[in-house]
Amino acid sequence: MPLNSFIMKQHTERYSLPVKTITVLGILISVIVFMSFGFKKESTISNAKNEIVNKDSIESVKAFMDVYKVLISPRCMNCHPSGDVPLQGDDSHLHTMLPQRGKNGKGIYAMKCSNCHQPTNLEGLNKPPGNPNWHLPPANIKMVFQGKTPGQLAKQLINPKTNGNKTLQQLIEHADDGLVKAGWDPGEGRTVPPMSHGEFKKAWTTWIKTGAYAPKP
Amino acid sequence: MITLNINKKTYNIDVDPETPLLWVLRDTVGLVGTKYGCGVAQCGACVVHLNGEAVRSCVTKVSRAVGQKVVTIEGLSEKNDHPLQKAWIELDVPQCGYCQSGQIMSAAVLLRENKNPTDKDIDAAMAGNICRCGTYLRIRKGIQLAADIQRKGI
Repeated sequence: MPLNSFIMKQHTERYSLPVKTITVLGILISVIVFMSFGFKKESTISNAKNEIVNKDSIESVKAFMDVYKVLISPRCMNCHPSGDVPLQGDDSHLHTMLPQRGKNGKGIYAMKCSNCHQPTNLEGLNKPPGNPNWHLPPANIKMVFQGKTPGQLAKQLINPKTNGNKTLQQLIEHADDGLVKAGWDPGEGRTVPPMSHGEFKKAWTTWIKTGAYAPKP
Repeated sequence: MITLNINKKTYNIDVDPETPLLWVLRDTVGLVGTKYGCGVAQCGACVVHLNGEAVRSCVTKVSRAVGQKVVTIEGLSEKNDHPLQKAWIELDVPQCGYCQSGQIMSAAVLLRENKNPTDKDIDAAMAGNICRCGTYLRIRKGIQLAADIQRKGI
């Protein structure tokens, strides 16, 4: 090869754009960027779960399946409806008179929850059950139980953005919330959840402390 | 002995604190404008205001009213001239009249909180007050007229 051509060839080879390298790097960077958006959604959940020490996914999922049975029973689900009207009765029909959630979950106008629901239960059938804090979740965090699969519900419960900004410790304590416990004292003519409050609390605490894993699906 | 504030008057009453407010109003105090319809908070005939909120007096224990302000249909206005009362007279809303105290008391909360109620708002607010005579259409018109009277300050 003549010397000029050799030098030109070397020059070209040294200074030509590494097109393949740039293309591969570009693809890798794009993948990393897209994946980072996915990770961002889960970071709140994973941050919460990082507080847990003794993770046991099998035990956690097993405990949650007991929790799920309680949360979708009428005493819990009736106030965690998918729509804006609470449910009523053991058959979870739409609450008669169709009271509505309202912005703060306490009803609207002359149909506010506490207009009929007194601070305590009343004697006799077909009277409104009572609690000083009767309400639905607010409109901006509906905390829907109705229609959720175990996996969906578990993820919703553990995520501060959808659980009312609760930390894991607050979630554990929530099992003793007044309105939660009221589910086991529902007044005459209403069934209680499918296990005792003590059993539910044990399952709830176990689920959270062993990692708050979500079953599939 | 318990002390109640009803329609801006003070009453000292010797009743069991568990007594439903409805019976204290009707039988003890003598304010019979509030009616008994079902006794289980299903009909709305017994609605009175407790601190401005429309409670069902048939299931509300009188103890809940201690230290609070109770307003019955008799006390809704000084001279029966609340916009709703004016509208009800104007449009001849009642038939038998039995449910109407409760209807007006519920509607009063709606008009206090919403000066321009739509039909949907009226549905939402009034769904708990039933009328065996079926005056619902006139009740709706009455609320709309009352809202107009209220807006115009007539």
